[in-house]
Amino acid sequence: MAEDNKDAIRNLIFRIADDQLIIGHRNSEWTGLGPILEEDIAFSSMAQDKLGHALALYTLLHEIGEKDPDTLAFNREEKDYVCCHFVEYPIGEYDFSLMRHFLFDSSEALRFGMLAESSFEPLAKIARKFRGELRYHTMHADTWIKQLGSANEESRARMQSALNECMPLALGIFEPSDYELALQNEGIFPGEKFLQDAWIDHITPILNAGELRMPDVGNCTPSYGGRAGFHTEFLKPLIDEMSEVYKIDPKAEW
Amino acid sequence: MVNELVTEENVWAALQDVMDPEIPKLSVVDMGIITSVKISDEGDVRVTMTPTFAGCPAVNMMKEDVKSKVGKLPIRSVEVEVNYDVQWSTNMITEKGIQMLKESKFALPGHVDGFVSVDSLFKVACPFCGSRDTRLQTPFGPTQCRAIHYCDNCMQSFEQFKPV
Repeated sequence: MAEDNKDAIRNLIFRIADDQLIIGHRNSEWTGLGPILEEDIAFSSMAQDKLGHALALYTLLHEIGEKDPDTLAFNREEKDYVCCHFVEYPIGEYDFSLMRHFLFDSSEALRFGMLAESSFEPLAKIARKFRGELRYHTMHADTWIKQLGSANEESRARMQSALNECMPLALGIFEPSDYELALQNEGIFPGEKFLQDAWIDHITPILNAGELRMPDVGNCTPSYGGRAGFHTEFLKPLIDEMSEVYKIDPKAEW
Repeated sequence: MVNELVTEENVWAALQDVMDPEIPKLSVVDMGIITSVKISDEGDVRVTMTPTFAGCPAVNMMKEDVKSKVGKLPIRSVEVEVNYDVQWSTNMITEKGIQMLKESKFALPGHVDGFVSVDSLFKVACPFCGSRDTRLQTPFGPTQCRAIHYCDNCMQSFEQFKPV
């Protein structure tokens, strides 16, 4: 790994890892509260997957010179997290959580598919693993989007409203970094713009299979800032809660 | 005291006693998660494992168990590394592992060709009566590697080892 690519790779992995950690924590907030037992378990199980993904990515960061995974997850300043705003939002109503799950995990499946071909082999190996697991997440999300997007007027209206609310946040997933060109030129990752275009092509037919309309992306202002360390008011309380036990005694043996 | 007669085969045999804590009839070898065993001339053993799922909570427990079981052999040291050099797939479950899954009344994952297709999750053969008149209830079962189905023929819920 060339030294000048190191920052680009580190930034790319931190973005993905922080997304996994925060959405994993949010998903876990449905444990015990899901509208039906299967959904309760589904969100809990997906939360477990996300935390597993976060652990693998923080471990990779540790291998390329960063601090240990627990410190990276629990003991950084808010401004050092580079997750997108979308994952920070509270779980809200189930329509919001389902729509976020659909929009976010569709992007993840595509992202890991692209990273599976990355020239940075340690990341490619992990992406190949995650890609297989993401199949179950997108299968779950797609089924509910199609089902609730066409079940009756109330469900359709609620899902459409959730979609409209989510879209600017979802576009924030693809906030470009300072390293887009380096990542593309080195064959590490084809870039956020490329991913966003592939994502729109992918989700539009699934939304239309329900009776949902894709909002006019050109008229949405993407919720940018997260990738640069500027976060919503929701992140700090989440970090505080998540790291509360860890911070009592960071040296504790578990 | 290092016994130079300890071979890789001996290590594999010892690993047959390390069970998956979530399905205690199935050894880590039969699960297919042991991806390499190396033993140096000096008797240093290196075992490599790959997790079934990235978030599998049983990984550390199995890792410790590998250390303790292999450590009983007359060797100098044992190290266990968990990595993703080989990505686990249900195709890596051994013949014996498949038999164990059948005996434990799990529906089988079937062969995965590249990607898991949605079809492989529907009309799965019921492990109790063999009927394919079954429905996928949820792909998220009691553990990350298990899906829940329902058989409309014998009216029984059953679990499938999820194809990956």
